[in-house]
Amino acid sequence: MIDAKAIRVIVFNCYLLYGRGVLVIKNIIENVAVELLRQAVTKLPPDVKEALQRAHREEESEVGKTQLEAILNNVELAEKTSTPMCQDTGVIIFYVKAGAQAKDLDKIKEAIINATRRATKEVPLRPNSVGIFTRKNTGDNTGRYIPYINWDVISGDTIELTAFPKGGGSENICQLGMIRPGDGLNGLKKFVVDTMLKAGGKACPPNILGVGVGGGADIAMKIAKAALLRPINQPNPDPKVAKLEKELYEALNMTGIGPMGLGGKFTVLGVNVDYANRHPASYPVAVAGQCWAARRASARIHLDGTVEYLTHKVR
Amino acid sequence: MAVYKLKTPISEEDVRKLKVNDVIYITGTMVTARDSAHKRALEFFKEEKPLPIDLQGLAVFHCGPIVRKEDEKWTVIAAGPTTSTRMDIFEDEFIKAFKVRVVIGKGGMGKRTTEGMKKYGAVYGAFTGGAAVLAAKAIKNVEGVEWFDLGMPEALWILDVEEFGPLIVAIDTHGNNLFENVQKEVEGNKQKIYERLGV
Ligand code: SF4
Repeated sequence: MIDAKAIRVIVFNCYLLYGRGVLVIKNIIENVAVELLRQAVTKLPPDVKEALQRAHREEESEVGKTQLEAILNNVELAEKTSTPMCQDTGVIIFYVKAGAQAKDLDKIKEAIINATRRATKEVPLRPNSVGIFTRKNTGDNTGRYIPYINWDVISGDTIELTAFPKGGGSENICQLGMIRPGDGLNGLKKFVVDTMLKAGGKACPPNILGVGVGGGADIAMKIAKAALLRPINQPNPDPKVAKLEKELYEALNMTGIGPMGLGGKFTVLGVNVDYANRHPASYPVAVAGQCWAARRASARIHLDGTVEYLTHKVR
Repeated sequence: MAVYKLKTPISEEDVRKLKVNDVIYITGTMVTARDSAHKRALEFFKEEKPLPIDLQGLAVFHCGPIVRKEDEKWTVIAAGPTTSTRMDIFEDEFIKAFKVRVVIGKGGMGKRTTEGMKKYGAVYGAFTGGAAVLAAKAIKNVEGVEWFDLGMPEALWILDVEEFGPLIVAIDTHGNNLFENVQKEVEGNKQKIYERLGV
């Protein structure tokens, strides 16, 4: 089904195609990246919004309920006025799945940097890129390695972009544990629970936790973060992992931390687990925290210039 | 959980009626202040210099807002609360010196502030973390800005607010601290969770 926005995009791209003789995929990538940043910070993906609504219905603590209601009102207002739902619009991260036969692959990075600068002004985003040694804010959300891009090469000729602006509060509760392999899954469960207990209300709960196991220290954290891209209403396809997700979800919602750490049932909205095989002697477990403002937006760009928005409905 | 709508200036008597878990909405004047503003205000007090605004009976908001100037007029774009624990080292003195009645922020505050609130009559109102649009909507007007030399987030923004909230009373004047209560409960739940998971 092609909606109005897609048609506009096609018309615009036809102009690029015929008006200038060549199809400038790079410009399309830049425009799409700006749009994805806007979508991500102003509108929650449907799975997160639904989970918040459900939490609001089922929360037993009165105080907890007021917090969920305030969050939902805030989300509603942000959507309506197209303003960022939280003042911290995060550090800018992108995930790119580049089709080997797609065009302008070498221009994607530049397009994303340009898009970040534009979105900072146009949306607007809060400038969140500070030099380590200069302590200066660059003012446009770019800087060394930032926006950060996670690359993946896929077959075919499409380019899939995901914008993942990541807030500082929830980033600060991320933890990596190199647990004893002998402790295995029990060690993992304890580590995840302890991470949440330590975080308490700091990362604006209800939170979403991404858990990555195995691989190595860096791999576990990468997997944990990427797990946050999976909608929380889609359990891991592997039933064993799905069971672990459910078990952790239920355990974390027994902590009593509750919305905003003010007490209640909903400390987390979801737990997404993913894993890699591991070295026999090591057992890395990474927990990546996400706040209620779980911002992500994806789109697929085709070789002919059409754009499919994957996470958000486009008006 | 009672709901109160308060208008500034708020009297000491009125805040002493509030209890943790109550919900309050504030109408009137609210002033933002973070670390630097707290520090400077206390220095002024020591030197017996008057503050640019009389804070008695007002609400102080731990917030570094995003504010935009258009045609000589300031508008608040986003105004979510910042983490309050950083102000813990100033707040009791601040309440004593300036008689603010409501302190607004996120994440709660510690023992020293709890004692100060009991002694001098103020409450801590927790505003939903990240809910910046909701906060901005309740801000009807920017009355003024003082100490702009501290930078946009650190300056004293004098805001005219209407039903700013919901604020959960998390520290009252009776020595109760909701965050501490929750913390105790969470500690108590820890073993149960470990047992359930078999760890
Ligand atoms: S933790 Fe998330 S919701 Fe809270 S202030 Fe930071 S980015 Fe916003």
